[in-house]
Amino acid sequence: MAHTHADHAGHGHVHDEHAHGPERGIMRWIKTTNHKDLGTLYLWFSGIMFVIGGLMSLGIRLELFHPGLQYMDPETFNQLTTMHALVMIFGGVMPAFVGLANWQVPLMIGCSDLALPRVNNWGFWILPFAFTLLLSTFFLPGGAPAAGWTLYPPLVLQTGNSFPLLIFAIHLMGISSITGAINIIVTILNMRAPGMTLLKMPLFVWSWLITAYLLIAVMPVLAGAVTMLLTDKYFGTSFFNAGGGGDPVMFEHIFWFFGHPEVYIMILPAFGIISTIVPTFARKPLFGYASMVYAMASIAFLSFIVWAHHMFTVGIPLAGELFFMFSTMLISVPTGVKVFNWVATMWKGSMSFETPMLFAIAFIFLFTIGGFSGLMLALAPVDFQYHNTYFVVAHFHYVLVPGAVFAIMAAIYYWIPKWTGVMYNETLGKIHFWWSAIFINVIFFPQHFLGLAGMPRRIPDYAVQFTDFNEISSIGAFLFFIGQFIFIYNILRCALFRKGLKPAAARVWEGAHGLEWTVPSPAPYHTFEDPPQEVDTETPWVAGHPAVAH
Amino acid sequence: MSATPVSSRRSTAFKLALVVVAMFGFGFALVPLYGAICQLTGLNGRNPGMYLSGAQAGRERRDEARTVTVQFLTSVNGGGPWKFRAEQAQIAVHPGELYTVNFVARNMLDQPVVGQAVPSVAPWNAAVHLHKTECFCFSQQDFQPGEEKVMPVRFLLDADLPSDIDTVTLSYTFFDVTAQALRREPSASRANRS
Repeated sequence: MAHTHADHAGHGHVHDEHAHGPERGIMRWIKTTNHKDLGTLYLWFSGIMFVIGGLMSLGIRLELFHPGLQYMDPETFNQLTTMHALVMIFGGVMPAFVGLANWQVPLMIGCSDLALPRVNNWGFWILPFAFTLLLSTFFLPGGAPAAGWTLYPPLVLQTGNSFPLLIFAIHLMGISSITGAINIIVTILNMRAPGMTLLKMPLFVWSWLITAYLLIAVMPVLAGAVTMLLTDKYFGTSFFNAGGGGDPVMFEHIFWFFGHPEVYIMILPAFGIISTIVPTFARKPLFGYASMVYAMASIAFLSFIVWAHHMFTVGIPLAGELFFMFSTMLISVPTGVKVFNWVATMWKGSMSFETPMLFAIAFIFLFTIGGFSGLMLALAPVDFQYHNTYFVVAHFHYVLVPGAVFAIMAAIYYWIPKWTGVMYNETLGKIHFWWSAIFINVIFFPQHFLGLAGMPRRIPDYAVQFTDFNEISSIGAFLFFIGQFIFIYNILRCALFRKGLKPAAARVWEGAHGLEWTVPSPAPYHTFEDPPQEVDTETPWVAGHPAVAH
Repeated sequence: MSATPVSSRRSTAFKLALVVVAMFGFGFALVPLYGAICQLTGLNGRNPGMYLSGAQAGRERRDEARTVTVQFLTSVNGGGPWKFRAEQAQIAVHPGELYTVNFVARNMLDQPVVGQAVPSVAPWNAAVHLHKTECFCFSQQDFQPGEEKVMPVRFLLDADLPSDIDTVTLSYTFFDVTAQALRREPSASRANRS
C-alpha cells in the first residue's frame, strides 16, 4: 500500500475510460477543479493562517505577561488583536471547514465532485490574494488596521493607508465564502446518491447545508456594511457620520446582523463533525438524528434575531433588551438538545478513546462551558458589567478554540487515514490531545476571573492586581502553541512522508458508517463517477446505522 | 434521489446567486429602515425634526400643574475648533408652553469653519414629545474666523410626555463638516467666507 496519491488514481472502482490522474507539478494545484485537491489546499491554507494568527496571539500574550508596556506600543498591540481575529476567523476556521466540506461532502453523499468545480477553484484561489492584501498592511506606513475586527466607526475610519486594503480583503473573503456556499448547497440539493433523502443525509452534510445558507444570507450584508465604510471615508457619504446625518450605532446593528449568524457559521460544521465521530467510537447510532437536524435549523433561525445582545450597553430601550435577552437564552434550548443527544449516544455504548473521540468528548465538555458563559452574557442586566471585559474574551475563545478548533482537529484525525491512506501516530495524537486540552484551559479559564474582576479587553496594560492570572494565561498560551507542533508533525508524516507507515483500511474505524468508508484508502482521485447503489430502504446513510455495516 | 441534470444545478445556483444579490441590497435597505424606526420611536434620541404647528394640533395643550426639568448638554466632537455652551444649564418648563434657550458657539480658529450640531434627547421615550420650532441644528452653521454666534432654540414639550418623566436632557454635539461642505458646494462656500 505504499502507493503515492497519483498512483491510485487509475485504480479503484471508477470507470477506467474516464479515469485520469492529476497533472504533475505546481500547475496541478493552480488549475485543479478536483474537490479532493481543493479540500487539501483549503486545509493547508487554513493551517498556515492558524500559525500566523497564533503567532499574533503570542505577541498579545507576551505583552500581557506583565503589567506595563514592555515589548510594543499600544498601537501595535491593537493591530495584533485586530489582525489575530480577522486571520483566525476568515483565514483559519472558515477555510478549514470549507476544506472539510470539499473533501467530505461529495464522499458522504456519493457524487463525483462538487456541482461547480471551476467556481470551487476560483473560490479557493481568491483567498491567498485576500490574505496577502490583509497581511501586507503590517508593512504600510501607519501599520495594520487596529480598530478591532468589528470595524466600528468612527474609530475604524481613522485607519490610515491600510483601510482600503482591509475593505477589499474582506470583500474578497466574502466572495470566496459565498461561492463556496453556493457550490455546497447546489451539490447537496442536486447530487445525492439514489435513495438518500434529505433526512437520511449524514449530519456533517446537514450541518454544512445549513451553514451554507447562513453564509449566503449574511456575507453580502457584511459586504454592504464595509462598502458603506469605504464610501464614508473616501466618497463623502454619511452612513455612519453623525455630522452628516448618519448614525455610528447603525453600523453596530448591521455588523451584528452579519456577526451573530457568523458565530454559528463557525460552530455548526463542528456540530456536524462531533455528530459523526461520537457514534463511530460509541459504536451506536446517533441518538435523536431528526432532533439534531431540527436543533441546527432552529439555531440558524434564531441567529438572525439575537444580534443586539452584542450591544446591550449601546442604549437600547428596556423592551429591546428584554427581547434580545430572551431570544438569546432561547438558543440554549436547541443547543442543549444537541449536547444531551451526544451524551445519550455515548450512554451504554462500547466506547473506545482514539484521538478523534478524545477531541470530540473534550469538545462536548468545553464547548458547554463556553455555552454557559454565553448564557451569562445573554443576561442584559449583568452584561453591563461583563461587556468589553476579558470575560467576553474567555467566553468566545471557549466556543472557538476547544469548540470549533478542537472539532477541526478531531475531523483531521478522523479522516486523515481516508485522505492519505496511512494511519497517523496514535501515541503522538494522544499526547497532542492531552497537551492541548490541559493548556487551553490554562490559557482561557483564568480570563473568566480577570473579566469578572474588571479587566477590559483590547488593552495592552493592566492594573497590577491582574498580574497573576495574566501570567498563568500567557504561560498556557506559549505551551499550547508549542504542543501544536506535535500535531503538525503527525499531519506532515501522513501527508508527505508516509513511507513505511501503517496503511489504513477502507473502513478505517470499526464503528464508522457512511459512503466515504466504501471507497479505498487513500480515496482515489475520482470517486463515485457512477452513483453508489441503494443499500437499504431504511436509513442506511445515517452515520451509525447498522444497515451500513459491511 | 439521483443526481439531477446540469440544467437543474444551474438553476439552483442561479437562484442562490439571486439570494446573494438580494441580501447585499438588504444590507443597504437597513439604512432607511433604521432611520424610519428611529424617527418613529425616538429610539436613538432623535426627534422628528422641525415642529409645524397646525399639523400637530393638540400638542399645545397646556399643563401648568406639571413641571419638568429640561437640561442642556453641549459637546464638541473629536477636538473640533469650538467653544460651545448653553446660556442656561437647565430650566423648568410646563408642558405645552414654548421656551427659548440660547446656545453660544465660538470658532477658536483663524479660518472659516462649517459646523453641524446633532441633537439627542434622553430618555429615549421623551424624544418624540420634544418639538422644536427653531434650532441651529436644522442646518449647517458657517463660522467666520474667531466668530461667536448666539443661536436660539425654541421648543416645547407636549402634554403627552409620559408621566414618569420629570427630567429631559437635550444634548447637542458639534461636528466639523467643513470638508464635506466644501466638497458639496465649493463655489457657494467660498463666496460665503470671503
